[in-house]
Amino acid sequence: MNAARPVKEKRTASFAFDFLYKYGTIITVVVLIAVFGIMADNFLNPSNIINILRSISIVTIIAVGLTVSLSVGGFDLSVGSTASLANALVISMFVWHGQNIGIGIGLTLLFCLAVGLVNAFLVINFKIDDMLMTLATMFIFQGVALTYTRGATISQNMIMPNGDFATGKIPAVFGKIGQVPWIIIIMVLVVVVVHLFLTYTKHGRYMYMIGGNREAAALSGIPVSRYRLVAYLVSALFAAIGGIMLGARVMTAEVNSGGPYLMDAVAAAFIGYSVFGAGRPNALGTFVGAVLIGILQNGLIMLSVPYYAMDIVKGSVLALALALTYYKKRS
Amino acid sequence: MNSTETTTTETAVATPASTPLLQMKNISISFPGVKALSNVDFQTAAGTAHALIGANGAGKSTLMKILAGAYTHYEGEIWMEGREVHIRSPKEAKDYGIQVVYQEVDTALIPSLTVGENIMLDRMVHDMKGKWLVRWNELHKEAQSVMERMNIGIPSRKAVKELTLAEKQMVLIARAVSRQCRILVLDEPTAPLSHSETEQLFMLVRKLKEEGVSVIFISHRLPELYEICDEITIMRDGQHIITDQIVNLEQGSVVEHMLGTKMEQQFPKTEKSVGEVVFEARGIVDPGKVNHVDLQIRKGEIVGLAGLVGAGKTELCRALFGASATATGDILLNGRKLRLSSPHAAVQQGIALVPEERRREGVFVEEAVSANLTATVLSRFTAWGSWLSSSKEKQAAQEMIDSLGIKTPNEKARVRNLSGGNQQKVAIGKWLLADADVYIFDEPTKGVDVGAKRDIFKLVHELAERGKCVLYATSELSEIIGITDRVYVMYDGAVIQELETSSTDEEEILLYCTGGGLT
Repeated sequence: MNAARPVKEKRTASFAFDFLYKYGTIITVVVLIAVFGIMADNFLNPSNIINILRSISIVTIIAVGLTVSLSVGGFDLSVGSTASLANALVISMFVWHGQNIGIGIGLTLLFCLAVGLVNAFLVINFKIDDMLMTLATMFIFQGVALTYTRGATISQNMIMPNGDFATGKIPAVFGKIGQVPWIIIIMVLVVVVVHLFLTYTKHGRYMYMIGGNREAAALSGIPVSRYRLVAYLVSALFAAIGGIMLGARVMTAEVNSGGPYLMDAVAAAFIGYSVFGAGRPNALGTFVGAVLIGILQNGLIMLSVPYYAMDIVKGSVLALALALTYYKKRS
Repeated sequence: MNSTETTTTETAVATPASTPLLQMKNISISFPGVKALSNVDFQTAAGTAHALIGANGAGKSTLMKILAGAYTHYEGEIWMEGREVHIRSPKEAKDYGIQVVYQEVDTALIPSLTVGENIMLDRMVHDMKGKWLVRWNELHKEAQSVMERMNIGIPSRKAVKELTLAEKQMVLIARAVSRQCRILVLDEPTAPLSHSETEQLFMLVRKLKEEGVSVIFISHRLPELYEICDEITIMRDGQHIITDQIVNLEQGSVVEHMLGTKMEQQFPKTEKSVGEVVFEARGIVDPGKVNHVDLQIRKGEIVGLAGLVGAGKTELCRALFGASATATGDILLNGRKLRLSSPHAAVQQGIALVPEERRREGVFVEEAVSANLTATVLSRFTAWGSWLSSSKEKQAAQEMIDSLGIKTPNEKARVRNLSGGNQQKVAIGKWLLADADVYIFDEPTKGVDVGAKRDIFKLVHELAERGKCVLYATSELSEIIGITDRVYVMYDGAVIQELETSSTDEEEILLYCTGGGLT
């Protein structure tokens, strides 16, 4: 009833809110920069800004993969575990098996695509809710990574189970990936490519349509299962890239190293919904979300907020961003 | 639209009571920038059924929402039995005995709870202050007795999620009458119901009338109003147009009042030639749903698929479109056998389906009108591989919006903001761009107002004129008669009769629809 009318009604009544919805996240970022800039002397130093970008690059790449899975209405909770697995695999390729950089990275990516394949197979064929299924596979792949490393940290010259020292070396070039400027360049590249893909290509449009209404997408002749499979492959691929870059940055493979990135990635992706009023998962928004989290973390450290209190602030900001997004959805 | 020879089962006995049960006087309401109702008068008497009708957007629902206490900022007065009342919240409305059963029954029920719990829901919420324990046996006994009073035969301990749509509606009505109920508003209650279910509902309404309840009945199906209602009020553009005894107004003039113009020919009249068989289905079986269906459609032919709700029309349509994983049988297009493993394959091979549940299956409500219209043929709007060309897309969308007369601010507006009829047009427009060979329509006029219906009929006709095959599935028999060339009648999952439309009528089709004529 009154079908044409609510448009007008909303326009006038909640203009202020629309503005807040569209630019709220950006405003928050700007305000945070201003506050930290004033309160902490070194915050606006170019070196600190690069520091922030470096610190968010791995989260961003993993979160962009997650964004792709969200775009088809999925939810890949296993990205953290996949990153751990990738980290363990790539370092072990060098340290245990003495492989060169190409084979090391190539095999790692291949294994992680298999992870995506497993996720897609389970989610699509058993019609189980994506979040529940990937919660299960999150444990599985975390366990696979742990079993593979036998619960130990992999590093150069580590002691092998038979008592010898590992002889493989991590190539120096590999370490470059985890350093400025490459780590930042790769991140920007990933964000831009995925954003263009989702926004301006046929495939991206199809993915959003599947995410918006799977049934209607299927009846429109869109090969839904194929695109969902692709989404989980892409998600696993970017999680793997994130894990590899993590390995390059720390040059070791800690136990469950990718795990902590999961929640930050989820937060970044969901904050990204509201950026520029997109109202749906998008790579650019995810990047802004990651920047927001990165600035918060960095600024709070500079202000000497104890590390154990930081999650309170991070959680609060996420709650605020979600409130913005979902309040809009309801109205 | 058929003639007005309707079977008026009861003579209108609404003796104008000295003080009507409900009087709404000079009701006006504005939403920012828009006057939704202006000076509307409405009144009903106890023990009568009052039809409230109007095209989509006429303000019926808004008026009823005011009565139900959904809006607080209306102007005007509401009187009940000669006393002025102030209804400013749903709870106050319920306290005055005003109960509303909305069209979307699922939003008002809790599927995981039992029938009894749902019926007694209000009481469990409002009358449990200070109490901790629920006496289940008592609750179910009471719910059962309410249903018995209404002749509803649903076990109280059954879970609501296991009920059919019609049964859910009964449960909602039972809930309404379990409380004090003086005025019962039924918002398009019959839209999803089959004929026998509608009959059952009407029996319930008659029962309520006997008990002195005033029933306000909103519906787009005009013939049935004559069967159940005593009085009629017609609204248009937020204004009250006319109130009269329903027997005094014939269907044609009701439609005129709704539209504000003289009704044009509802169904387009054209002479078109029908060619050779293009589409053929042989032995379509979908276990438990479709039972050995054979059908043929010739070039430029509109073939009706008649049948009551639940006869298997939707299931057959989906099977022909490759949307059922369990369906088997041969489908031939131009003599070539198709492999329809999925809707994707069907679209590739030139088959289009406009599904019944357009909001759920037909459109993407969060997407722009243009994105919806181009969804089926997006590849045509790309440059260098998969890159979308927004100018090409915009142009195609704009042409489709113009040719279908879709009422939208622009092609970027979200489909969510369009009215039901316009959403349906988007769902159809999506397939016009696709340029398929075979078009399958499943209840395309469901919930669509008279004006938009006419547009849809015109569209279907134009498709046939362009030499397409059209399969038109509906339970509205007047549409079968009005628009098709030939009709297959379905009953219990099987096609039981094939008829030439020119040599049959609604009565005969209905006979077969209900399983009659079978020996």
